[in-house]
Amino acid sequence: MIQDLLTPAVLTGIAYSGIKLATPYLYATLGETIGQLSGVLNLGVEGMMLMGAYGGFFFTLRTGDPWVGLLAAILVGAVLGLANAVVTVTLKAEQGISGIGFYLFGLGMSELLFRMTLGSVETVSGFTAVRVPLLGDIPVVGDLLFNHSLLVYFAYLLVPLIWFLLNRTTWGLKIKSAGQNPAAADALGVSITRVRYATVTVGGILSSVAGASLSIALLNVFQQNLTSGMGFIAVALVYFGGWSPLGALAGSLLFSTVNAVQNWIQVLGIPIAPDFALMLPYVLTILMLAVPFRKARQPVALTKPFERGEG
Amino acid sequence: MKKLHLIATALVVGALLLGACGPAAPAETPVPTTPPTQAPTPVEPTAVPAEPFRVAVVMPSAINDLAFSQSMYDALLVMQERMGGPDSFEIVYSDSMFVIEDAAAAIRDYASQGFDLVIAHGSQYGSSLQEIAPDFPETSFAWGTTLDTFGMPNIFAYEARSEQGGYVNGVVAAALSRSGVIGVIGPIETGDAKLYVEGFVAGVAATNPDATVPTVWTGSFSDTALASQAAQTHIGAGADVLTGTAQMVVGAIGVAQESNVLWFGTQSNQTSLAPSIVVACQVYHWEVVLEQMIAMIQAGTLGGESFSIDLANGGEVIEFNPDYPLPADVNTLAEEAIQGIIDGTIVIPITTS
Repeated sequence: MIQDLLTPAVLTGIAYSGIKLATPYLYATLGETIGQLSGVLNLGVEGMMLMGAYGGFFFTLRTGDPWVGLLAAILVGAVLGLANAVVTVTLKAEQGISGIGFYLFGLGMSELLFRMTLGSVETVSGFTAVRVPLLGDIPVVGDLLFNHSLLVYFAYLLVPLIWFLLNRTTWGLKIKSAGQNPAAADALGVSITRVRYATVTVGGILSSVAGASLSIALLNVFQQNLTSGMGFIAVALVYFGGWSPLGALAGSLLFSTVNAVQNWIQVLGIPIAPDFALMLPYVLTILMLAVPFRKARQPVALTKPFERGEG
Repeated sequence: MKKLHLIATALVVGALLLGACGPAAPAETPVPTTPPTQAPTPVEPTAVPAEPFRVAVVMPSAINDLAFSQSMYDALLVMQERMGGPDSFEIVYSDSMFVIEDAAAAIRDYASQGFDLVIAHGSQYGSSLQEIAPDFPETSFAWGTTLDTFGMPNIFAYEARSEQGGYVNGVVAAALSRSGVIGVIGPIETGDAKLYVEGFVAGVAATNPDATVPTVWTGSFSDTALASQAAQTHIGAGADVLTGTAQMVVGAIGVAQESNVLWFGTQSNQTSLAPSIVVACQVYHWEVVLEQMIAMIQAGTLGGESFSIDLANGGEVIEFNPDYPLPADVNTLAEEAIQGIIDGTIVIPITTS
C-alpha cells in the first residue's frame, strides 16, 4: 500500500501542493525571523495574519482587484507592525504577553469586521495561477514550479532577497547586532530603536501578507479564524529554521509537504489512522525543535528590551 | 521607566479585553431583532401576547457559516416568523462558542435569565448540559445532534438523519461523475458528519459500484486551509465531483470552483458560494423539530423526548441549484432515491460507533 505513494503522479501531486501551501508559512516565518534576529519576539503573528487576510479579502471583494487587496494587506500589516514596535520597543512591554494581546486583538477584530462588513462567507476572484513563459513549458518541472499565483512566486523570491539583506548588507549586520549584542551596537552608533522599529514593522507586513495569501490567492474565501493556528506554527518554524531564511524555507516546505503526504495517505486509502497522519507534521516540528544545536543560534537579546547602560 | 511599564501593561490588558470581547461575550452578543422598546407604544390589547416565547441558542461556529450553525439560526428565524415576529418570539444567540467552557457559561447565563428554551447546538456541549440542567428544573433545554436526553425531564435531544440526504447526493454524484472518482472531505468521524459520509458512500455504491469514494478527515471542523488542501488532493487523484461537511468546507468549495469540479453540500444551502459548480445541497430545516418542542413546552412538558429530522418529515430537503443544468434522467434518479428512502424501500447501511 505504501508504494502507492511513490508513483510519479502522486509524488508530483505532493510536491505541487507542498510548494503552493508553504506560501503563508514562508511569508510569516521570514517576517518573524527578521524580527527575532533583531531581538524582538512577536507571538501576535496569527492575529496579524487574520487582519491581513480580512483586509486583503475585503478590498479585493469591493474593488474586484487583488492588487488593491494586497496593498490593503500591506498597509494593515504596517500599522499593526508599527503598533507592535511602539509596545515592544518604546514601551518595552513583556513580548510574550503583548504578542498574545495582538493575537487576541486580531482574532476578535477580524471577526467583528467580517460580521459588520460582509456578514456571510463569500468567494472572491483573487490572484490566479500565472504560467511563467518558457520555464512553464518544461515537462513536470514547469507545472510544479512555474504555474503558481504571483503571491506564491513572491514568497519564494523573498528567501534570497532576505538572505542577501541579512548577510551581505550593513543593514543585515545592524539587525543581527541588535539581536546579539545591542549594547555594543549602540556604542558603535547603531540606533537599536530604529533597527527594531524597521524589523518589527516588516514582520507585521509579512505576517499580514501571509494571511492575504490565503484569502486572496490560495483559498479565495474569508472566514472567522481562517488561519487556524498557522501563525503559531510560523513562530515555531523560526526556531526550527535556526533563524535563517533558508531554514525558514526548509521548515515551511517540510511542514506543508508532510501535510500534503497525510492527505494522500487518506485519499489512497493507506491503512494509517487519519488521526495519526494528521499528527505527523506537528510531531516532526517538535522533534526538530528538540535538536540541541539550534538553540545556540538563538539571538542573545531575544525578548529583552534594550535599555541604554543596562546591557 | 516604571510609568512606561504601566502604560504598556494597560495597553496589553486593553488589547486582551478587546480580543476577548469578540467571540466569548455571550451576554453582549447583539441580537438582530428589534431592541426592546423603552417606551411601549399603545397597542391593541389582543394583538400581542403578554409574554413572548424566549429562546437562547449557543452555537460552535458563526451564524453565517453556511453550515451547521446557520442551519439552526435560519430555522429559528422561520419559527419567529411563524409565531408572529420578534414581539412574540425572542431569539438571543451566542455563536463562535468553540471553547466549551465559554459555551457552558453562556448556557448557564441564559438559563438563569429565565429563557423558555435554551438550545445547546453541538454534541460537544452535552456533558456541560448534563451538569447545568438539573439546576434549572423550570427551564427547558435542547441539544443536538444526538438522541440522548440523559433521561432528564427538562432536556430535549435532536438529531439529523443526514445519511438520507447523503445517500441522495451520492446517487446524483455517481450519475454525474465521469472519472468515477468522487472525493469526500469530512471533519471528525462522528455525529452527523459520519452519518452523512456513510450515506453518501452508500448512494454512490448503489448507483455506480465501480466508482471509488476516497474520504479525507481533516481532524477539524473549522480549518479552512486543511479542507482546501484535501480538495486539492482529491482533484489531483482524479476526482471530478466533491462533497464535504462542516463549516470548513468553504475552503474546499473555493478549490472546486477554481478547478471546475462539481460540489454537493449539506447542512445549509451553499449554492451562493459557487453558483456554477454546486449541484445540490441537503438543507436542515430544524424548524420541524423546534415546532414540536415549543408546542410541548407550551403544553407543560419541558423535555425527555428526542426528535429527528429526515426526508420524510421535511426536516431535510434536497435543494437543487436552479442554475445547474441537471439532466432529466439524473433528476429522476434523485427523485426515486428520495421516494425510496421516505417509503422505506431503500435502507441505508449505517455502522454504529
